Amino acid sequence: MAAGFDPSGRLPDVFTNAGTSSFTQFLSQAAPELLPGRRPLPPGSAASLAPHATTIVAITAAEGVIMAGDRRATMGNMIASRDIEKVHPADEYSLVGIAGTAGVGIELMRLFQVELEHYEKIEGAMLSLDGKANRLAAMIRGNLGAAMQGLAVVPLFAGYDLSANDPARAGRIFSYDVTGGPYEERGYDAIGSGSIFANAALKKRFRAGLSIEEATRLAVEALYDAADDDTATGGPDLTRRIFPVVMTATAEGTHRLTDDETAAIANAVVSARMENPGG
Amino acid sequence: MAMQFYTNIDQIMRDRSELARKGISRGRSAVALTYTGGVLFVAENLSSSLHKISEIYDRIGFAAVGRYNEFENLRRAGVRMADLNGLSYDRRDVTGLALANAYAQTLGAIFSDQQKPFEVEICVAEVGATPADDQIYRLAYDGSVNDEPGFMAMGGQAEAIANVLKGAHKSDMSLADAVKLAVKALSSVGGEGGAARTIAANQLEVAILDRARRGRTFRRLTGKVLTDLLNGNGAAATSSSPAKPADTEAADTAADSKDTPKPPAKGPDKPTSSAGSADLE
Repeated sequence: MAAGFDPSGRLPDVFTNAGTSSFTQFLSQAAPELLPGRRPLPPGSAASLAPHATTIVAITAAEGVIMAGDRRATMGNMIASRDIEKVHPADEYSLVGIAGTAGVGIELMRLFQVELEHYEKIEGAMLSLDGKANRLAAMIRGNLGAAMQGLAVVPLFAGYDLSANDPARAGRIFSYDVTGGPYEERGYDAIGSGSIFANAALKKRFRAGLSIEEATRLAVEALYDAADDDTATGGPDLTRRIFPVVMTATAEGTHRLTDDETAAIANAVVSARMENPGG
Repeated sequence: MAMQFYTNIDQIMRDRSELARKGISRGRSAVALTYTGGVLFVAENLSSSLHKISEIYDRIGFAAVGRYNEFENLRRAGVRMADLNGLSYDRRDVTGLALANAYAQTLGAIFSDQQKPFEVEICVAEVGATPADDQIYRLAYDGSVNDEPGFMAMGGQAEAIANVLKGAHKSDMSLADAVKLAVKALSSVGGEGGAARTIAANQLEVAILDRARRGRTFRRLTGKVLTDLLNGNGAAATSSSPAKPADTEAADTAADSKDTPKPPAKGPDKPTSSAGSADLE
C-alpha cells in the first residue's frame, strides 16, 4: 500500500489532507492504478476478450423499486457463465445492475459501493439519490476510453429516494449510456442485449402503483421474454435451479429475494408460459 | 534565519508531552468497553454533530478525545485507509490492528518531527465473534499503543475513570448495564471538589459495534433508546440472551423516528447491503 513509501512510516499526506469526501478522487491521488479508467490499453478492439453480462430490468412500485437480472454471461457465441450475479446493492437504499464487459462492470460496481459508503462515513450523512446517480455517471464517463475499444459498461441504477415528497414516487430509476448520463426513467427500464424485448414486454404490462409482488412477477416475465428472443439472455434454469436475481429497495432498505422465493416466481412464470408461450 | 540554539532532546520531548497532556486533560473524556453484544463507546460531547465516536469499517470503530481538527484528520485517514484496503483485498482483510499500527506510526512521526504534537488520544476497537475476541487499542499522542483488556478510558482524569470501570466491568454485561457503568465512570469525576456529578443524556454520545450484525456493525444510540437504557427501562429489551440483539431492534426504531436518513431496520442474519460484503462473500 501507498503508506509504505513514506520513510517515517506515517500515513502519507494524501490520507490526512482535508480534501475530498469522494473515494474515487482520493484513489486518483493515492492509488490511480485501482481506477478502471486510468489504465492504458493497447490499440485495437478488446471487445471479444472478456465475458459480457446481459439483461437487467428495473420497475418502480408503490413501495419503492425492484431490479432483476438474468444469470447469463456470454463470450461471442459461448455461454461464459450460467450463474453470474449482475444486480447488487449499491448502499442501504439503492441498487445497481451491470451490463456490458463483466470484469470492468464488477470492478466499477465495487468501486461505486465503496464510493457511497466512504462518503457516508466521512460526512456522516448519505448522498442524495441524485447525488449517487451523478457519481455513477462520472465513473462511467471515466471508462469512456476503454468503452471505445469495446470494454463498455452500462449500468442501471435504481433506488429509494428518502427525500421524496410523495412516497409513491420514491422509487426512482436512472439509466446511462457509455458517455455517462444519467437519464431518469419513468416507471421502468431495461438494459443489456435483451433490453429491446424486455422493454417491449414491460411497455405492455407496466402500470403505475404496482405492488412489490406484482412488479417482481412482471420483471421475471420481462426477463423470460428477453431470453425468449435474445440468445445472450438466460431464462430460468429449472434443471440447475438457477433463477434471476431479484432485489428490492424500499423504505426498509434493500433486500434480496431468497432463492426459494425467486424459484417460486420463476416456476409460476414458466408454467403460465406452458399454457400461453407469448405470455 | 533565526539562530538555532542547542536544546536537549529530552527537554524537547518533555515539553511536547506536557503540551499534549495539558491539551488532552482540558477536554471531556470517553470510554470504550466490551459487553456481551459487542463493544460500547460512550463519550461526553455537547455537540450532536461534531462526533467523537465514529465508524471506520465493518467491525471497527473509532473514538477520540482532544482537539477536534486533529482527531478528525486521523479519522478521515483511517476511513480512507480501511476503504482502500477493503477495495484492494477483501472486506475481511481490514483489521483493527493494521489501523492501530498506522495510527501509531503517524502519531509517532508527528510527535517527533513536527513543532507541535497532536493533542489527541484515540481508541480503535474491533468487535470479534465473542467478547474475548474483541480488541481495544488505545493510542496516545506520542504514538504509543496499548492493547486494553476489555475496557479503556481516555481524556482528562482517565485514570480515575478507568478505576471505576476496572472495579465493575465484566465482559458478559448487558448493554444497559454497560451503558450505566460507562456513564457512572464518566460522571465519577469533574464534580464540585472532585465529587461525582450527573451527565444528561443529551450530553452523551453513545455508539456500539453490534456483534450480532453482519456487515457494518456500527450504530449510534440516541434519543429514546438511550434514555431508556440510562433509566433502566431498556433492561427488559436488553437483558435477553446474547444471541438475540433485541437492543438493536430498539435502536433501529429510534433511528427511523429521526429525520436524518439512517440505516434501515435489519434482522441479525440479514446481510449488509453496502460495498458488496454480503453478496460477494
